[in-house]
Amino acid sequence: MMKSKADEEDYWNSSKYNAFTFDDADDELSALKETKKAVNSIGPLLAEDGEEDWERVSWSGEPVGSISWSVKEMAASNQRADREPAFPKISTETPSLGKSQSGISLSSLFKGKPKGGNLQTFNDVLGDPSLRLYTPELRKPKSEYKDLVSDWSAEETVQRLQQGKGVTLEKFRSLQDKLLLLDLAVAAHDGNAITAVLIYLKRTLCKGASLRWFCCRRLNVTFSPFGFFCSEVLFRELESRQTALRHFIHYLTENREQRLLLELLRALGRTEEAALLQYKDYKNIADENKRRDFLKSCLSLQFGGEDGNHVQDHYTLLERQIIIEAADRKAEREGKLEVFQKFPRKASILNMPLITTLYYCCFYHYNEPEGTFSSPLNVRQTFKISEKQYFTTALAARAKLKNWTDVDAMFNSRNWLGFSKKKSPLSFQRVVDILQKNSAPTRVLQEYVGLVSDAELRIGLAQKHKCHDIVINTYRDMKDRQQLAEYRKKVERGSAEERKIDELLSNQQIRWKN
Amino acid sequence: MAHSARRDSPELPDLSLLKRLVRDQLIYLLEQLPGKKDLFIDSDLMSPLDRIANVSTLKQHEVDKLYKVEHKPIVSISDQICFLIRPRMQTVKWICDVVNADKAAGKFRRYKIIFTPQKFYACEAVLEEQGVFGDVTTDEWAFYLLPLDEDIISLELPEFFRDNFLAGDQRWVRTAGSALHLLHSLFGPFSKVYGIGRCSKMTYESWREQVEQGEQKARHAEIGNVFLIDRDVDFVTPLCSQVVYEGLVDDIFRIKCGCVEFGPEVTSSDKSIKVMLNSQDKVFNEIRNEHFSNVFGFLSQKARNLQTAYDKRRGMDIQQMKTFVSEELKGLKQEHRLLSLHISASESIMKKKTKQDFQELLKTEHCLLEGFEIRECISFIEEHINRQVSMIESLRLLCLLSVTENGLLPKDFKSLKAQYLQSYGADHLLTFSNLRQLGLLVEQQPGETLTVMESKVGKLVNDRTAVKLTDAFSSLAKKSHFRALSKKLNLVPKSDEEYDLRVPRDMAYIFSGAYIPLSCKIIEQVLERDGWTGLEEVTRLINGHEFAVTGADPKSKSDAQRIILVMFLGGCTFSEISALRFLGKERGYKFIVVTTAITNSSRLLEALLDNNV
Repeated sequence: MMKSKADEEDYWNSSKYNAFTFDDADDELSALKETKKAVNSIGPLLAEDGEEDWERVSWSGEPVGSISWSVKEMAASNQRADREPAFPKISTETPSLGKSQSGISLSSLFKGKPKGGNLQTFNDVLGDPSLRLYTPELRKPKSEYKDLVSDWSAEETVQRLQQGKGVTLEKFRSLQDKLLLLDLAVAAHDGNAITAVLIYLKRTLCKGASLRWFCCRRLNVTFSPFGFFCSEVLFRELESRQTALRHFIHYLTENREQRLLLELLRALGRTEEAALLQYKDYKNIADENKRRDFLKSCLSLQFGGEDGNHVQDHYTLLERQIIIEAADRKAEREGKLEVFQKFPRKASILNMPLITTLYYCCFYHYNEPEGTFSSPLNVRQTFKISEKQYFTTALAARAKLKNWTDVDAMFNSRNWLGFSKKKSPLSFQRVVDILQKNSAPTRVLQEYVGLVSDAELRIGLAQKHKCHDIVINTYRDMKDRQQLAEYRKKVERGSAEERKIDELLSNQQIRWKN
Repeated sequence: MAHSARRDSPELPDLSLLKRLVRDQLIYLLEQLPGKKDLFIDSDLMSPLDRIANVSTLKQHEVDKLYKVEHKPIVSISDQICFLIRPRMQTVKWICDVVNADKAAGKFRRYKIIFTPQKFYACEAVLEEQGVFGDVTTDEWAFYLLPLDEDIISLELPEFFRDNFLAGDQRWVRTAGSALHLLHSLFGPFSKVYGIGRCSKMTYESWREQVEQGEQKARHAEIGNVFLIDRDVDFVTPLCSQVVYEGLVDDIFRIKCGCVEFGPEVTSSDKSIKVMLNSQDKVFNEIRNEHFSNVFGFLSQKARNLQTAYDKRRGMDIQQMKTFVSEELKGLKQEHRLLSLHISASESIMKKKTKQDFQELLKTEHCLLEGFEIRECISFIEEHINRQVSMIESLRLLCLLSVTENGLLPKDFKSLKAQYLQSYGADHLLTFSNLRQLGLLVEQQPGETLTVMESKVGKLVNDRTAVKLTDAFSSLAKKSHFRALSKKLNLVPKSDEEYDLRVPRDMAYIFSGAYIPLSCKIIEQVLERDGWTGLEEVTRLINGHEFAVTGADPKSKSDAQRIILVMFLGGCTFSEISALRFLGKERGYKFIVVTTAITNSSRLLEALLDNNV
């Protein structure tokens, strides 16, 4: 841990890592470009029938004839068809009620494949002995199902479940039998079998939570989501069976049985999970005002750790975004504020993250007094944004506007600290990076590159951003004659930079180190 | 690469047999529904399906129109509809809606659902609950394994990871066991099976049971040994940036089912092209396992050779020219195209990586792996978050910090989480909750170390009274003991030694010489020791569930004993595959990698976001 700074630099400059630096990209890239040129220039011979070896590819890039391509084509042609107002097709056939054997019995569920639709056509596929060999289960005659009353033991039942075969669970009626079944399924490590047993348990041990809820509503009785009115037994037994419990939770999640799931989590005392689960529901609410109200109602939930504060922030932020959005939409429409005309808003600020909101405020409302909701300083205060974070965001926003005066002022007029020289909570290297990403001109970049304290880093950045003066001055200060001479080759012939280097190199007063 | 490679490495078995089998099966299933029918395909099944069949195969078996499952009302007018789907309850619910809508409209059709690779009772329960059980026939298409290349097989089940490791749902254990069983019956009998991890153990059990229940056939083994490994044994490796060509291409362009789509920035036209990336592509095959820094050199050498080959035609007489055109030209042209494609891809990778300060990012990763200058790493991550750079990338660094440091200090955790939520949105509260549950991003526990706690709790687990205690550990989170493991297994080579990436000396080359992937190191060690003896400390740190079992006695010291099937449960990265290929060359093995899906840091973390409500 305690390697010295110099060690560290050595370390990173050691050949081990130098073998691969993306910072050397320029050289590598130019080499690559040459190679590319060379390859492209090879043989006009190829130009004539260049396409034939490629897969034929449609406009969307899918190879013609591939399944993905065909599906897309279908979707496209359907869209075309959709546009034509057509009369609904009237079927000439009389609707047949042929297969109305959907008698909802529990047993039919686990009976396996129904016999209906047994439309076998023997084709040559079956002639392939290898197929038969490896897929013996594929289509055994389903007559092998014994009668429903057949006496499979619990062990046999679970084994059949594992094999995906039909079973009947109805004979397992005592709680003990049911739990035995569950424990056997868990012992077999087969999630499919575990869930099958759990579904059976839920149906027989847990008398329809949603139905009760519905009744309560109908009868105008207050429904208490906290009451364990149906599943007490099941929940209790699951509590000591963690694997089964996880399967049950996952099943309920996938089946979107939110109410029962919440009830379960609360019964287990897992209030933090329950709170998050409830909070998550906000995503289903599109209307921002309803969403805000929903978030407000979440504030009373028992979140773990700091999560309660985060949800509070989420609520406060949305509340504020709604206010800002309304005001700005109006301002934009009325066209009174110049900034909205010069830089029209691309999207609404609703539901954006806090930092995006801060950026937005720095962009459109930078100089507002701290009292307004949209003032960046107010946002910063309300959400306790760190100085560094605030600085980073404001810098990016003002640079995006190319307001270099504001940018400059950020480093200077930090009057509460009383600094007159440029100072930044962010490393100047990062500052340069942000400015450059917002396409700052060299003249602006130069100023900040010059403030990078580490000489090597400074030279690297200066070279990257073509700030010749800084490179030259740094080499001069380092008394590095060789590097300076080397750099002379990189600057333009006959330029001011070249002249400056020449002057320095011929300057007798500098005591070069090499 | 690997110039010291042994030359006697054995031949791989022909995996294309797997494709033929599933294709025949699919055809058989389609024939079960004679007459014209429309086929609805789950969107994530389309690419795998494309690898084994094409539209004309389907048309031949009277598939009229193809649609993607989109969870909205259908427009098909066919009187037979077939759904080819993954066994997911929400998809089945949609099908029920379709059927019920038809019923309401008095429309009669025949419906068939083909679940692949298998059906689940929960899906059938939906059919029953929605009152369409019996109106819809169901079938299974045992499409377990898709060979992506001569040494890679994928189950194409990315959800395996989340279902198994986050939700703790073991629904895919049997699937994995059946997949292994299929390989065993085609290429076995296996003589040794090694494994580590809970899921591996269960998969092994499931496989063993299936072998017992099935009939045994005496065969000549083509695959001798098997290694099963859970993804949660090593989360560090998939969280690292990939710098080997194939991995890098996957990180940037996303390889899907062995195929990559290069956009206009690579093709330098307004079209995108899809390219298959496998050993058939001669150029790709030579650079896929190379560290990216070697790729340029290789490509320009290749370009020079190509030029020379073309130049040969100068001064040829007509007869020679004829031979040249008929024998060599086509190959050269093919190579030429591939070459310019990979050059453009490399160029595009280079540009993208320079833009995002890749060098700094790698430096931070290497520091984290080495446990060096952690405070600097934290402030780098903090700035990354502050600048709202890629949400996934920030999360990746946070997780890497947590798994290498065995959790974050409470103060750091609190501050970084708050800043993350500020930058990327409060809804990531759910993401953090998932990551904590998995043990990927956790707060260090003050006082007593968790290991001691865990062992105590471990003893109490069977005791009903201990229920409340186990509750705290009810998640499947694993403690990371990366530092100790790294020391024990020498995962981080000494930094003062030079590492020549052109002549790699160990698997660390896949991470620029900075780190040997833990997963592959374990495999190497176990194969070397023919078991877990001497690795007790390591398995304890990983939290056990290791096993090594001997099955059928290998009749002879055949080549099959040097073919090793490595099954990653929960996904593996291209970097790991490259590392194993390297190991194979060094030791005279050949590895066949079976994975539930190809993964990388983005896929891993995206699976843990909470987008789906």
